Amino acid sequence: MYLGRVVGCVWSTVKDANLTAQRLLVVQPLTPQLEPTGKRLICADCTGAGAGEVIYWCRGKESSFPFLPAEVPTDCTVVGIVDSVCS
Amino acid sequence: MILARVVGSVVATRKDPRLEGKKLLILKPVTPEGKDEAGYVISVDTVSAGFRETVIAVSGSSARMAEGCKDTPVDSTIIGIVDKVHLDT
Repeated sequence: MYLGRVVGCVWSTVKDANLTAQRLLVVQPLTPQLEPTGKRLICADCTGAGAGEVIYWCRGKESSFPFLPAEVPTDCTVVGIVDSVCS
Repeated sequence: MILARVVGSVVATRKDPRLEGKKLLILKPVTPEGKDEAGYVISVDTVSAGFRETVIAVSGSSARMAEGCKDTPVDSTIIGIVDKVHLDT
Protein backbone atom coordinates (compact mmCIF):
# COMPACT_ATOMS: atom_id res chain seq x y z
CA MET A 1 0.00 0.00 0.00
CA TYR A 2 1.08 3.57 -0.62
CA LEU A 3 0.60 7.01 0.88
CA GLY A 4 -1.21 9.67 -1.11
CA ARG A 5 -3.16 12.89 -0.93
CA VAL A 6 -6.60 13.54 -2.42
CA VAL A 7 -6.15 16.43 -4.87
CA GLY A 8 -9.34 16.27 -6.91
CA CYS A 9 -12.18 14.19 -8.24
CA VAL A 10 -13.49 12.93 -11.59
CA TRP A 11 -17.03 13.09 -13.00
CA SER A 12 -18.11 10.34 -15.35
CA THR A 13 -21.65 9.64 -16.57
CA VAL A 14 -21.03 6.85 -19.07
CA LYS A 15 -19.20 4.14 -17.13
CA ASP A 16 -19.14 0.46 -16.22
CA ALA A 17 -22.39 -0.52 -14.45
CA ASN A 18 -20.48 -1.71 -11.39
CA LEU A 19 -18.88 1.73 -10.97
CA THR A 20 -22.26 3.37 -10.41
CA ALA A 21 -22.26 5.51 -7.24
CA GLN A 22 -18.52 4.99 -6.74
CA ARG A 23 -16.48 8.10 -5.95
CA LEU A 24 -13.46 8.56 -8.22
CA LEU A 25 -10.68 10.62 -6.65
CA VAL A 26 -7.51 12.10 -8.13
CA VAL A 27 -4.69 10.99 -5.82
CA GLN A 28 -1.13 12.33 -5.71
CA PRO A 29 1.26 9.67 -4.33
CA LEU A 30 3.41 10.93 -1.41
CA THR A 31 6.72 10.00 0.20
CA PRO A 32 6.73 9.22 3.96
CA GLN A 33 7.83 12.88 4.37
CA LEU A 34 4.56 13.79 2.59
CA GLU A 35 6.35 15.19 -0.47
CA PRO A 36 4.61 14.56 -3.83
CA THR A 37 6.20 11.77 -5.87
CA GLY A 38 5.23 10.24 -9.21
CA LYS A 39 2.17 10.60 -11.42
CA ARG A 40 -1.31 11.38 -10.16
CA LEU A 41 -3.85 8.60 -10.62
CA ILE A 42 -7.57 7.91 -10.34
CA CYS A 43 -8.68 5.88 -7.32
CA ALA A 44 -12.02 4.44 -6.23
CA ASP A 45 -12.85 5.19 -2.59
CA CYS A 46 -14.28 3.00 0.18
CA THR A 47 -13.54 5.37 3.09
CA GLY A 48 -15.27 8.67 2.26
CA ALA A 49 -11.96 10.58 2.07
CA GLY A 50 -12.25 14.29 1.36
CA ALA A 51 -10.26 16.95 -0.46
CA GLY A 52 -6.69 17.44 0.77
CA GLU A 53 -6.70 14.45 3.13
CA VAL A 54 -3.68 12.16 3.44
CA ILE A 55 -4.79 8.62 2.69
CA TYR A 56 -3.33 5.23 1.89
CA TRP A 57 -4.28 3.33 -1.21
CA CYS A 58 -3.63 -0.10 -2.62
CA ARG A 59 -3.19 -1.22 -6.20
CA GLY A 60 -3.92 -4.36 -8.17
CA LYS A 61 -6.88 -6.71 -8.15
CA GLU A 62 -6.98 -6.53 -4.34
CA SER A 63 -8.27 -2.98 -4.62
CA SER A 64 -11.65 -4.33 -5.74
CA PHE A 65 -12.03 -6.48 -2.60
CA PRO A 66 -13.49 -3.71 -0.33
CA PHE A 67 -16.55 -3.65 -2.59
CA LEU A 68 -17.27 -7.40 -2.58
CA PRO A 69 -19.60 -9.03 -3.51
CA ALA A 70 -19.89 -6.31 -6.20
CA GLU A 71 -17.22 -6.75 -8.88
CA VAL A 72 -16.00 -3.18 -9.20
CA PRO A 73 -13.39 -2.88 -11.98
CA THR A 74 -10.78 -0.79 -10.16
CA ASP A 75 -7.02 -1.20 -9.91
CA CYS A 76 -6.43 1.38 -7.18
CA THR A 77 -8.62 2.16 -4.20
CA VAL A 78 -8.36 4.46 -1.20
CA VAL A 79 -8.55 2.02 1.73
CA GLY A 80 -7.69 4.24 4.71
CA ILE A 81 -7.43 7.82 5.96
CA VAL A 82 -4.09 8.59 7.63
CA ASP A 83 -4.14 10.19 11.08
CA SER A 84 -0.36 10.56 11.47
CA VAL A 85 2.89 9.33 9.96
CA CYS A 86 6.04 8.77 12.07
CA SER A 87 9.20 8.63 9.99
CA MET B 1 -6.76 3.79 -12.95
CA ILE B 2 -5.38 6.35 -15.34
CA LEU B 3 -6.78 9.21 -17.38
CA ALA B 4 -6.16 8.90 -21.11
CA ARG B 5 -7.27 10.32 -24.45
CA VAL B 6 -8.43 8.17 -27.36
CA VAL B 7 -6.04 8.78 -30.28
CA GLY B 8 -6.77 5.89 -32.61
CA SER B 9 -8.00 2.35 -33.07
CA VAL B 10 -6.51 -1.05 -33.83
CA VAL B 11 -7.88 -3.59 -36.28
CA ALA B 12 -6.87 -7.24 -35.89
CA THR B 13 -8.22 -10.18 -37.84
CA ARG B 14 -6.21 -13.03 -36.36
CA LYS B 15 -6.58 -12.90 -32.61
CA ASP B 16 -7.69 -14.84 -29.60
CA PRO B 17 -11.33 -15.95 -30.18
CA ARG B 18 -12.35 -14.42 -26.86
CA LEU B 19 -11.38 -10.99 -28.22
CA GLU B 20 -13.79 -11.23 -31.13
CA GLY B 21 -16.24 -8.33 -31.28
CA LYS B 22 -14.21 -6.22 -28.88
CA LYS B 23 -13.23 -2.70 -29.91
CA LEU B 24 -9.52 -1.95 -29.44
CA LEU B 25 -8.49 1.68 -29.03
CA ILE B 26 -5.11 3.40 -28.78
CA LEU B 27 -4.88 5.56 -25.66
CA LYS B 28 -2.43 8.32 -24.82
CA PRO B 29 -2.17 8.80 -21.04
CA VAL B 30 -2.85 12.42 -19.96
CA THR B 31 -2.45 14.41 -16.74
CA PRO B 32 -5.59 15.66 -14.92
CA GLU B 33 -4.94 19.02 -16.67
CA GLY B 34 -5.14 17.25 -20.07
CA LYS B 35 -1.45 17.36 -21.01
CA ASP B 36 0.05 14.33 -22.77
CA GLU B 37 2.19 11.89 -20.82
CA ALA B 38 4.74 9.43 -22.17
CA GLY B 39 3.79 6.19 -23.92
CA TYR B 40 0.70 4.61 -25.46
CA VAL B 41 -1.56 1.75 -24.45
CA ILE B 42 -4.01 -0.46 -26.38
CA SER B 43 -7.22 -0.85 -24.45
CA VAL B 44 -10.48 -2.78 -24.87
CA ASP B 45 -13.47 -0.42 -24.99
CA THR B 46 -16.58 -1.39 -22.97
CA VAL B 47 -18.31 2.02 -22.90
CA SER B 48 -18.33 3.02 -26.62
CA ALA B 49 -15.77 5.81 -26.28
CA GLY B 50 -15.02 7.96 -29.32
CA PHE B 51 -12.01 9.61 -30.95
CA ARG B 52 -10.37 12.36 -28.80
CA GLU B 53 -12.54 11.62 -25.74
CA THR B 54 -10.93 11.55 -22.32
CA VAL B 55 -11.52 8.21 -20.64
CA ILE B 56 -10.67 6.23 -17.50
CA ALA B 57 -8.70 3.04 -18.14
CA VAL B 58 -8.17 0.25 -15.63
CA SER B 59 -5.14 -2.02 -15.99
CA GLY B 60 -3.93 -5.35 -14.69
CA SER B 61 -6.17 -8.24 -13.68
CA SER B 62 -8.92 -5.78 -12.66
CA ALA B 63 -9.36 -5.09 -16.38
CA ARG B 64 -11.09 -8.47 -16.65
CA MET B 65 -13.74 -7.41 -14.13
CA ALA B 66 -15.26 -4.95 -16.59
CA GLU B 67 -18.52 -5.85 -18.28
CA GLY B 68 -18.07 -8.56 -20.92
CA CYS B 69 -14.35 -9.07 -20.23
CA LYS B 70 -14.57 -12.05 -17.91
CA ASP B 71 -11.90 -14.66 -18.77
CA THR B 72 -10.63 -12.66 -21.75
CA PRO B 73 -6.91 -12.07 -22.34
CA VAL B 74 -6.89 -8.31 -21.65
CA ASP B 75 -4.89 -6.17 -19.23
CA SER B 76 -6.29 -2.74 -20.02
CA THR B 77 -9.96 -1.76 -20.33
CA ILE B 78 -11.77 1.55 -20.76
CA ILE B 79 -14.42 1.66 -18.03
CA GLY B 80 -15.62 5.28 -18.12
CA ILE B 81 -15.88 8.43 -20.22
CA VAL B 82 -14.78 11.52 -18.30
CA ASP B 83 -17.17 14.47 -18.12
CA LYS B 84 -14.98 16.67 -15.94
CA VAL B 85 -11.91 16.53 -13.72
CA HIS B 86 -12.01 18.82 -10.70
CA LEU B 87 -8.70 19.70 -9.05
CA ASP B 88 -8.51 21.35 -5.63
CA THR B 89 -6.11 24.26 -5.75
